Amino acid sequence: MAILETEQLTRKFGDFTAVNALTLNVEAGEVFGLLGPNGAGKTTTIKMLTTLLPPTAGSAQIAGLDVVKQASAVRRIIGYVPQMLSADGTLTGYENLLIFAKLYDLAREAREKRVREALSFMGLTDAADRLVRTYSGGMIRRLEIAQSMIHAPRVLFLDEPTVGLDPVARNTVWDRIGELRREYGTTIILTTHYMEEADALCNRVAIMHLGVIAAIGTPNELKQNLGGNVTLDDVFAHYTGAALEAGGNYRETFRARRTAQRLG
Amino acid sequence: MKLFEQDVLPSGLASPALPQDTVFTTVSDFVRTTLIIAELEIRKLSHDATDLLIRAVQPTLWLLIFGQVFSQIRAIPTGNLSYQSFLAPGILAQSVMFISIFYGLTVIWERDLGILQKFLVSPSPRAALVSGKALSAGVRALSQAVLIYLLSFLLGVQIDWNPLALLGVLFTVFLGAGIFATFSMIVACIVKTRERFMGIGQVLTMPLFFASNAIYPISLMPPWLQGIALVNPLTYLVDALRSLMLVGVVNVQQVLIDLLVLVLVLLVMVTIAARKYPQVVV
Repeated sequence: MAILETEQLTRKFGDFTAVNALTLNVEAGEVFGLLGPNGAGKTTTIKMLTTLLPPTAGSAQIAGLDVVKQASAVRRIIGYVPQMLSADGTLTGYENLLIFAKLYDLAREAREKRVREALSFMGLTDAADRLVRTYSGGMIRRLEIAQSMIHAPRVLFLDEPTVGLDPVARNTVWDRIGELRREYGTTIILTTHYMEEADALCNRVAIMHLGVIAAIGTPNELKQNLGGNVTLDDVFAHYTGAALEAGGNYRETFRARRTAQRLG
Repeated sequence: MKLFEQDVLPSGLASPALPQDTVFTTVSDFVRTTLIIAELEIRKLSHDATDLLIRAVQPTLWLLIFGQVFSQIRAIPTGNLSYQSFLAPGILAQSVMFISIFYGLTVIWERDLGILQKFLVSPSPRAALVSGKALSAGVRALSQAVLIYLLSFLLGVQIDWNPLALLGVLFTVFLGAGIFATFSMIVACIVKTRERFMGIGQVLTMPLFFASNAIYPISLMPPWLQGIALVNPLTYLVDALRSLMLVGVVNVQQVLIDLLVLVLVLLVMVTIAARKYPQVVV
């Protein structure tokens, strides 16, 4: 059963078409990867699916709910971890979770229990009462994922979840994402630049290029299509070609580097 | 290990179907979210209140230095009030404005960080996210009010300690902080970058202050400036505070008009800000 469906989803900024007539289905329980160079339209797609950005044309449904007309209902069943640093450094880890548990209106009895369980699931129990600005990059990312999971969303959107993390921290985040899906059946949609991440985590990936899907399938299928004896990196390069250097602007670069710096 | 033990797949996952939205649930959602956002601010302040201490410097200087000098030279006719009594509510209003008018900066900051996006993806009513910030600004402004009351007491200002009057001041401080904070958030949502916001903030603050009755009566102003002062919300804030804070100035009818104007301005500001707020992430 498709939990997420888009139909000719399009977003323009002036004359520039960031996402061009995207039609996509994601099955319930899948880990789905959106790959592509900077400026391919990944983040714009995620913003439309998470109700942050209204589409210029086309439509998208999550669990049968329209992201524009039923935005409020959609918001109750999705979670989102933005690319940027989104935990509040001036609060403790516990408070970061508590505030969101309250915003999602979890019943008082369940609230405390869920916050404690989420902290322990992400290995943050000992650090719960420390200010988040003293956390390491990997801890912050795990806290952010815990925050976005506090209301048990059906679909979780992760925008570049491991950007700027060292390999150990990255592996821990991968573990947690995998376990969320296995234990919990949450559908996970993530964007990433890292092909080994897509290979390790995703059941299916879509390679986006210039606002459209250039290729879609399981990582193995995509490799087979190019003769089989290739890596996902080769697949990526094949479909996005020389555009690798063209993407990204000053603002995006600034943000990515700053996020990396903070998390590192 | 399971994340949430009580949940079973997949029925334990979040449900979009809530009890029917009624006027009651809409209002209670709004109030609940507003209070959560304000709670967030109080928790932040409880970890680090340095900002409030720094903010205390400016009103202290105005009251002690400017106030002392201008009482000495008796340049400003303030009727039967001493100049320092006249000035104290004006400086309270000024501090409320100054502490709130750069509030929009936090919106831009949280947008740049990604915190704001997470709030906007939650089902919280947009207007409540805005009014929560307005209430938070009021909490900060309250610290200024306490300080100014203390200084005024030491300076011999004729403070009205009637509990009703104090309650009135409290309410007015929240109103004023809410107005300038939401106004500032609207500006932030339009200009979207920190640099432009700081520029505009600097340009707006001083004219708002000088085109008001904070440090001199309106009657001293040239007619064109009186016109501006009459549409300046700060004027109504000062007027209400002056009536409520000082002994012997109470003019109930005028206070009610002032408060009515302030409430209306706040409603308009929250409405506009709630519409603009989601656009800041676009």
